[in-house]
Amino acid sequence: MAETAQMKVSDEVAISIQKMNKWYGTFHVLRDIDLTVYRGERIVICGPSGSGKSTLIRCINALEEHQKGSIEVDGTLLSSDLKNIDKIRSEVGMCFQHFNLFPHLTILENCTLAPIWVRKTPKKEAEETAMHFLTKVKIPDQADKYPGQLSGGQQQRVAIARSLCMRPRIMLFDEPTSALDPEMIKEVLDTMIELAEEGMTMLCVTHEMGFARQVANRVIFMDEGQIVEQNEPEAFFSNPQSPRTQLFLSQILGH
Amino acid sequence: MSDTHEHSVAFVRTQAVPAAPPPFQATGPVKWVRENLFANIPNAILTLLSFYAIYVVLSATLPWMLNGIWNTQSLAECREILQGATGACFSVLVERWNQLLFGFTYPAEIYWRPTLAFVLLFLAAAPVLFFDLPRKLLVFTALYPFIAYYLIWGGTVWTPVFALLGVVGGFLVYVRFVRNSFAAGFFGGIAAAFVIWWIAGFIVPMLAWENPVLAAVPSRDMGGFMLNMMLGVVCVSLSLPIGIALALGRQSSMPLIKIICVVFIEFVRGVPLITLLFVASVVLAYFFPPDATIDLILRVIIMITMFSSAYIAEVIRGGLAALPKGQYEAADSLGLDYPQAMRLIILPQALKISIPGIVNVAVGLFKDTTLVSVISMFDLVGMIRGPILASTEWNGVYWELFMFAALLFFIVCYGISQYSQWLERRLATDHR
Ligand SMILES: Nc1ncnc2c1ncn2[C@@H]1O[C@H](COP(=O)(O)OP(=O)(O)O)[C@@H](O)[C@H]1O
Ligand SMILES: [Mg+2]
Repeated sequence: MAETAQMKVSDEVAISIQKMNKWYGTFHVLRDIDLTVYRGERIVICGPSGSGKSTLIRCINALEEHQKGSIEVDGTLLSSDLKNIDKIRSEVGMCFQHFNLFPHLTILENCTLAPIWVRKTPKKEAEETAMHFLTKVKIPDQADKYPGQLSGGQQQRVAIARSLCMRPRIMLFDEPTSALDPEMIKEVLDTMIELAEEGMTMLCVTHEMGFARQVANRVIFMDEGQIVEQNEPEAFFSNPQSPRTQLFLSQILGH
Repeated sequence: MSDTHEHSVAFVRTQAVPAAPPPFQATGPVKWVRENLFANIPNAILTLLSFYAIYVVLSATLPWMLNGIWNTQSLAECREILQGATGACFSVLVERWNQLLFGFTYPAEIYWRPTLAFVLLFLAAAPVLFFDLPRKLLVFTALYPFIAYYLIWGGTVWTPVFALLGVVGGFLVYVRFVRNSFAAGFFGGIAAAFVIWWIAGFIVPMLAWENPVLAAVPSRDMGGFMLNMMLGVVCVSLSLPIGIALALGRQSSMPLIKIICVVFIEFVRGVPLITLLFVASVVLAYFFPPDATIDLILRVIIMITMFSSAYIAEVIRGGLAALPKGQYEAADSLGLDYPQAMRLIILPQALKISIPGIVNVAVGLFKDTTLVSVISMFDLVGMIRGPILASTEWNGVYWELFMFAALLFFIVCYGISQYSQWLERRLATDHR
């Protein structure tokens, strides 16, 4: 499906990160990150463990605070002002490696909680929306179960549905498949591919290179807190420029 | 099977193995006894020893209890009837029943008031304890403290009314300010409530009239098991929210609030309750305005609540620490604000983990209410040790009285423990 990767990308800026730096104590995790994401882009971020991929996408919805530079999401500047943070968080959906579903709530309640309390959607409407998205990720029949009763792949799909219920304009994924058994990876990736085909702006940290080839229109390689290389997937995989990228690709594709 | 299958590692299943029922397990009383009580020789010896121990205990207590006398007027009469045979003198419980329950100075003609308050307590507690009941019942729960106060103490109706107004006012202020910041709403609400109560302190005496509908009963007349129940119920229900607030405050990102909470918790936990009670009975009066005579029961309630809320705070902190960080992050990433994240995501899970610990504190607190007998309040134990054992009729009836006290406390504490186990089962959704 090469045409997915070349799908028309708009000129409208969704995320604009300029000269962003972050430290953990004295440890310089993110160094001079510059990144502009246009609406409808599907970006895959890869890189060795500890290179700052999670930290980068967690800065975008202010789960982590950055110390220098600027991040603008949907035209809203991320500052320490709580109003802006809540606004950005309700526009940006996020899926975690370990799903982070709420174990004390049913699947349906997991999906309706934020719309009801943050968006003040009436309960009935929120439930309809939730069922719509649960149907979309193909688990409407599990709505009354608790997360602990579902398989990993199903839980991750619920987590995606939960984010979608807030009708986000941007979705962030932090290694959504790396805690899953191999046979469940596909069902989650299929859900994400479907999402990409509908034109969702996506930033995805993943090592699923097949997914990157098929869906991404841009692949970013990070190492030691810096963006080392970015390119279209074809060129990125067939002709990596930086030696660090070459080493990384040979390690993950080489066996 | 062909020869090749027998000799090579390659194997292909040609026939599916059908699911079969589990093997038959012999049951029956004889088998149970043999397996569980007399499985082998050491096991059998232990069984026999246990039976002997049970026999010794029962042979000592059963005749004493069954031979018990219920209808005499004094211990001397009991002894006369028993003529040296073993037997309990339960008559003291019958004769002093009201004193054991209500203390010896609570006016007898209005025993119905605390009794009614006690019955209503179950009605008020039901929707809190059993959350499948309709939520509308919580309105009565919210009003209950004020109704119960009015029933037990009587006097002018304006005292509970203004107390209620203070709570409502504080809540309105909280709702108004919580949108800006949780801390502003929280402390604003508390401040507003105190202002209203302070003003009420001037107004209520003016509004009070000579002959109130329900005659006023001074605090020093409260006693018996009623006093234990009052202290227990009030302190447990106050120390749970205060404990939650302290536990959250201890995690706060605001350094001042964090320090206050840590110092409070560590200080209170490091001091014996009995010292705090002496402080309540003697010293605490200095902290209040000189002309305000703060009721002794109120002072004791403050002290016990402080004490148990510090413990509950630490129990809840354990529950909070047990939650994975991902739960906070998921709540944040969905755009929930701090009070929402706490109320909907974090606290329900942390409290569920903390149930055994909280129940432990609650049961301990309830039993510790008997310590007030040391500062000469006449709770159940105070009544027994004081007026009843000191009377000429009942001097010397230790076993019967203290067993009765133990039984009452056991019933309540066992009830709490059973409830908490039910609650844990009811809330088990993690399917581990
Ligand atoms: N809360 C934290 N405090 C201190 N160091 C951290 C924290 N979180 C991550 N780090 C460090 O920052 C670096 C980048 O982490 P992360 O963004 O999780 O990497 P990645 O997701 O690429 O594996 C790692 O070296 C990690 O040890
Ligand atoms: Mg990571």
